[in-house]
Parts: sequence; C-alpha cells; structure tokens
Amino acid sequence: MGVTLTILSLIVLIPLTAVALKAAHQSPEAFWAAAFNDRSLAAYRLTFGAAFVAAAVNGVFGVLTAWALVRYEFPGKTIVNALVDLPFALPTAVAGIALATLYAPKGWVGQFLTPLGIKAAYNPIGVVIALTFIGLPFVVRTIEPVLRDAAEDVEEAAASLGADRLQTIARVVLPALAPAWLTGFAMAFARGVGEYGSVIFIAGNMPYKSEIAPLLIIIQLEQFEYERAATIAVVMLAVSFTMLLVINAIQAWSRRFD
Amino acid sequence: MRAVGTHRRATDDPAWTKAVIIGVVMLFLALVLVLPLVAVFVEALRKGVGAALAAISNPDALAAVKLTLLTALIAVPFNAVFGLCAAWAIAKHDFPGKAFLITLIDLPFSVSPVVAGLIYVLVFGLQGWFGEWLLDHDLKIIFAVPGIVLATIFVTFPFVARELIPLMQEQGTSEEEAAVSMGAGGLTTFWRVTAPNVRWGLLYGVLLCNARAMGEFGAVSVVSGHIRGLTNTMPLHVEILYNEYDFVGAFAVAALLCLLAVVTLVLKTALEVAQPGVRGRGGH
Amino acid sequence: MTISIRSIEKKFGRYPALNKVDLEIADGELLALLGPSGSGKTTLLRTIAGLEFPDAGQVLFDGEDVTFASAAARRVGFVFQQYALFKHMTVAKNIAFGLDVRKGKDKPDKAEIARRVEALLKLVELEGLGKRYPSQLSGGQRQRVALSRALAVQPSVLLLDEPFGALDATVRKSLRKELRRVHDATGVTTIFVTHDQEEALELADRVAILNKGQIEQVGTPDQVHEEPETAFVCGFVGEANCFDGRVGDGRFSAGALQLPASGLRDGSATAYVRPHDFVLDDAGFEVRVDRAHVQGALTTVNATTLDGRPLEISASRAEAARFAGTVRISARKAHVYAA
Repeated sequence: MGVTLTILSLIVLIPLTAVALKAAHQSPEAFWAAAFNDRSLAAYRLTFGAAFVAAAVNGVFGVLTAWALVRYEFPGKTIVNALVDLPFALPTAVAGIALATLYAPKGWVGQFLTPLGIKAAYNPIGVVIALTFIGLPFVVRTIEPVLRDAAEDVEEAAASLGADRLQTIARVVLPALAPAWLTGFAMAFARGVGEYGSVIFIAGNMPYKSEIAPLLIIIQLEQFEYERAATIAVVMLAVSFTMLLVINAIQAWSRRFD
Repeated sequence: MRAVGTHRRATDDPAWTKAVIIGVVMLFLALVLVLPLVAVFVEALRKGVGAALAAISNPDALAAVKLTLLTALIAVPFNAVFGLCAAWAIAKHDFPGKAFLITLIDLPFSVSPVVAGLIYVLVFGLQGWFGEWLLDHDLKIIFAVPGIVLATIFVTFPFVARELIPLMQEQGTSEEEAAVSMGAGGLTTFWRVTAPNVRWGLLYGVLLCNARAMGEFGAVSVVSGHIRGLTNTMPLHVEILYNEYDFVGAFAVAALLCLLAVVTLVLKTALEVAQPGVRGRGGH
Repeated sequence: MTISIRSIEKKFGRYPALNKVDLEIADGELLALLGPSGSGKTTLLRTIAGLEFPDAGQVLFDGEDVTFASAAARRVGFVFQQYALFKHMTVAKNIAFGLDVRKGKDKPDKAEIARRVEALLKLVELEGLGKRYPSQLSGGQRQRVALSRALAVQPSVLLLDEPFGALDATVRKSLRKELRRVHDATGVTTIFVTHDQEEALELADRVAILNKGQIEQVGTPDQVHEEPETAFVCGFVGEANCFDGRVGDGRFSAGALQLPASGLRDGSATAYVRPHDFVLDDAGFEVRVDRAHVQGALTTVNATTLDGRPLEISASRAEAARFAGTVRISARKAHVYAA
C-alpha cells in the first residue's frame, strides 16, 4: 500500500507537478501568449479536429467490426480479431513511416488519390489517417464485450412486438450500445490528441497547416524554451483530464440503467 | 399475416447485410491495418535480402537493438511487480482514496507521450529541479539511458495493474481468507494463493507492456538526445534512418519491430484461446 | 385464436429438442406447457412465436400455415423469462414500443398510444410508474411491465416463458392470480411454460406435459393428476410412491404390495401410489412406521414395508395417532405401467 503510493508519486505525480510549476513560472501574459498564439491555436485546431474526425471514422467502422466479430461467423475471423490489436502492438514510428510511404503522392494508395485531387500525406488528411490507425482498437475493444454480453432476448422481444430488423437495430440495439460507443470514442479521441510517433512522418509538419500540438512541444524544447513547452503541455493535460472525467461520467451515467 | 418463408431468426441479419458488413470491415481493416504491415516488409526488401540484413547488422542498429532490449528488461519486470502490488492493494483491500489511486494508475494512458518525456526533462534536465545536483555528482539521466528507462516505465505503467485489478476483484477475497484462517501469513498468502490465480492475466499484461516498452517513440524521443550508438532505441533509429532517406535501412529495422508486433499478437491470441478469462479488459 | 401444432420436429445439432409434437390449442384457452428442463417446452413455445423454426412439421394459426412466418409478422405477445425490457426506455416507452414501430395507417396517433399505455398500466396495477426506468422497478413490477408490453399490440396469442421463474415465492403466488385475472379480462389465447407443477395445475385450463421432446399427456389439471396416462406423468405430476415389481395373471405384485392390474401383459412393471391413496386397512399389508410429522392439516408418515421398501403416506390429522409401531395399510388407488 505505502510502496504503491510512493512509487506512484515518484513516477507519476511529482513529474506532473513539475510541468504545472514550470508553466506557472512565468507571468500570466507570457503564459497566455505561449498557450494561445496563432501557431499554437492552429496546432490545437489540427490536433483536436483530426482526433475528432478519426474517432468518428472509427466510431462507424469500429461498431461494424465489433458487430461482425461478435455476431457473424466468417473465414479468417481469428486473424481479423488478432489484427484489430495491431495498433496496440506495432510501434507508432513503424506505423508512421509505413503510412507515410503508402499515402505519399507516388505511394501504393497515394497514386490513386492524386488524380482525384486528394493530397493525403503531408496534409491534415494524413494526420487523420494516422490517428484512425491508432484509435481503431479502442472503439472495437470497448464495444465488443458489451455487445457480447448483451442478451439477444431484447432483440427477440422487439421482433415479436412487430419491429423490423432496422427498427430493432436503431431503437433497441444501438441505444443500448451508446455508452460503450461514447466511451470508445472518447478513448480514441484522447489517444489521438496525444499521439506523436505515427503522425509526424505523414503530417509534413508545416507550421499553421499540418503541425500538431505535441510536435510544438518538441520544437519549443529543442529551442530550450522550457516554459513555453510546459505551457502547451499544461493545455494538453487539461484536455486529457477533461476527457478522463467525461469517460468516467459516461460510465456512471450508463450504470443508471443496469 | 402471410406464410412467407424467411427461415431467418429474429436475431439474424439478412444474408446481404452480413455480406456487406463483412465486406466493408475486411476492406477497411485491409486498408488501415494490413497494408501498412505489408508495406514495411516490401520496402525493407526493395533492394534484396542482403541489403536489409546489412542494415540490421550495422553497429548502430545493433546498439539500438541492445538498448531496446535493455530498456524492456528493466521496465517490464519493474511494472509487473508494481502492477501486482498495486492490483493487490486495490482489489483486496478497502481504503480511503482508492478511486483516486486507480485514476492515478490510469493517468499515463491519457497523457501524451511527448508530455511524459517533457516532465522528466523538467525534473532531471540541466535546467530542471535536480539538474545542478546531478551535474555536480556527475550523474546523467536526461539524454542518457536512465531517462529512456524512466520514460518507458511511465508510459507502460498501467498495463499490468489494469489487467489484474478486475481479475483480482472478480476472484474476491474468500480464498485469501481461507488461507489466513489456516495460519498462512500475508506474504505466503500472496505468493501461494493470490499470485497463482492471476498468472495468466499477469502474462497478458506483461505481453502488452513489453510491446509498448519496445516500441515507445514519443516519450523516449524527448529524453534520448538521439545519440547514435548510445541513446538510440530501435524506433528512434528508424526515425533517423528515415529522415536521412535511408529507406531500406529504416524499413529493415521497422520490419524487426513488425515481427515483434506479430509475435505479440500471436501469443496474445493463443493466450485468449487457451485462457478465455483473460481477454482484454478495457483500453490501453 | 386456435393454434395447431402438427408433427413438429426440431434438432439442435444432433440433440433432438422436439420429436413429432402434435398439439391443439383452443381459442381463449389458458394452456400450460409443463416439463423438466430439457424437455423441449421452451423450444415449442419459441417455435409458436416464430423465434425458432422447426426442421419438419407445421404451425397453424386459425388454420393458416405460419410455420416460417417471421416473429414480427405473427402478432404474438411474448413474455421472456428475464423480461427482456428495453432498459434505456421508460416503462411507458417500453409498453408503447409495439405500437410505435408500426408504419403508415396501422400506427395509432400519439394520443391513442398514450391512452392505451395508461389503460395497460391500470390493468396490471402499475399506474403512475410510466416515467420510471426498468432499473427502478422491483422484479414483480418488471414482470408486469413485460406482460403489458406484450399485451399492447393486442396479440392473437400470449406466450410466456417461465413467467414467474425469477421471482420469490410470495410475489410468484400473487402474480399467478394476476395472470389468470388478465387472461379472463382479455380472453386472449395464452400459453405459458413452467417446470413448476403446482403453478401449472393451479393456473391452467389444460396442461400439456412434455418429456424428452415429446408430449406425454394433454388434459385438465384434474385429468393429469388423477388419470396419468404414462409412468412419467404419474411420477412428475403430484407426489407418488414408486414400486418396481411384476405383473402376472392380471395382478401386480411387489413384495407384500398387491394391486389389480387388469389388461396389462405379464412381465416387469412399475406401480405408482399417491401418498393420500394409502389407507389403514386390516386386510392390507404390514408396514413399520418410522416417523410421523404433522404439516398443517395433514400428517406425513414415513414407513417401511417388511421387505425393506420405503414409502410415504399422507393421513388426516385425526388419523395421525393411529400410525405407530406396525400397521396394516392398502392402496385404494394405484397406477400400474408396464416397464
């Protein structure tokens, strides 16, 4: 017990305090200027926007994947099931260079996008692609157990009351999944906001355009602007904590119906 | 009411819906997950097996492999032991502030790896709290191996504990109480009763912890200083080679890391098949 | 509505759940499907509902073949064992669901739906609870919501799967009366599944007894209790002492126990005697009384025949004192079945 708390404090709590103290080690005006200048605002917009879009994409395909894994039998299901966790197991830098190569203008996928006028890599779209890769398992693995435990008798009840399959899915199945879906979405979003390794290779990292907030921290660090780096970190930490609270609130809310 | 023969049960989807959903899922997964995996190996072998092997056996690459293994060798056992202790404290005991402790353990999952690296720079870096003291005693943490290990421990902190807490909670305390009533001491009870009951969950957590420890990029990148042959882990080495346009080299080292990922997934799947109870509890 | 089940067969893998089942259910009847677990009673109920489809045979509603019609098309009301309430919907929304999913001109307007929901809440005595969520109700209340949700679509048949299985004993008794009352008020043909013979005998107009995927007997509660057609029914419905013996020359004998068994072929046979059918009789056979204990108005006597067969006798309280030491008894009624 005491050991647990000591180690936790040494490794987690004290260093986190260091960030807050460092950021507070400047005037409010300087803090504001470092936190919310045009360049950092653009970086937040891209980071949060891309994380949101990627989480939404995963929200759609994650539900379908979980549904197929739980409800259907098909050849290669075990492999598909294992593959879903690839983003957990594959180092992000590897994912980054692979995605950058695939979606570069002359890459395997990029060459088909270029004629359509779509520039994927070295563009905000690239950031979304990387974050989609990173976030997928969060959505699938949050929904899957809930779907597996969901009693099929409510679907039978809906059918016996005259609902067609679409009505059953829309009014009975999906609403019951909503808390898990929102939790998975929030987790994928939170992870996407902080992601660095897989993004920097494909993003192009152009200030004001395709530069993410974590990269901004690194750039400030390399210029020995520790206060400024800590300031951006504090903003991101605030968002992380908010997401944690949101996830906990969703789960508390969903327990109301059990 | 007409006797139209559907033969389809109320919980089944129509065949065409099944086909469409499975098709869409397969296509999406192929595009997002499989293609990158394949690309790594194809790019690594673009100039033949020889070139790839040469890139891997380059002294700098070997140093990176060594450092990665060393880091994992310290971080994973540390977090395994900590995870066991923390899960035991949380699942088998009641105390004020328990919820707060769980949140703290989870915290590293919700902090950006870059921020994780930054905090250690702020504490142990030259300008940091202990910077001068460390300099006086000729100790180096940031831009050196200890910093890399610390940052890795931070980002992989929750894996084992998270896996074990729900497992231990499910098992309750009756077996422990039985052991204690037969005269076993606290430590004996822990090693003879609690730990064996969660060994598969522990293995599961260690597996995921190890994959992340070997693959961590953001946090390690901040504290490493990128000194070739000294403070370069494999993922960092991949970045350096890639940025120098040595694509075959970058992808050859990346392919090694891919193999690690594939082995992790195979072991994880095998564990899930053999021990259905351990299957992933929540996110990572 | 009348329901005809014709030679229904259903296998799960290699395990036969239903084996050539025939059953006729009259309009407005309250029928119990009674049997031990694994007897196929739930499968039969689900086949009638369209939640399972048989491998062979037919299901007819008012003479019309609905064997493969979907559950949604059949207009049956189904009450699930675990209620299967929609937990993210209020009680009122749950009850309104079947009306709400109707399309076009079949769908009643909002006011009409609200009126019907109110009437149903009143019918099952849950007025004022329409805005609650299922998680805020007791088990018995959830059961009533499930019942009124099934009734909301004005089903042509009401099917209930172990409707009282998850409830404690007192709630179960009051809900039994409730179901009978609702059935009499609506007149809807009703079939319920149970493994509890007391429940089946108390509640149903007729009882169908299933065993190993086959119907053993269909009859009124009195018929299945007093005139069981098979050894299984005799053993399953009501209490019975069971004796293995032989039939010869129209008489059954098992040790000292002798019973008439006219019409049975010679050979080994089993006799069943209800505890209350053993009476004191000086012309009977001897048994040693081991224990007599009073249970309300009746006394249960445990005794052993001289050749060591245990048996149970049910006597009135007045007679209880006479059961002591060694007494002579005979069976005034028995059922003998060839083995």
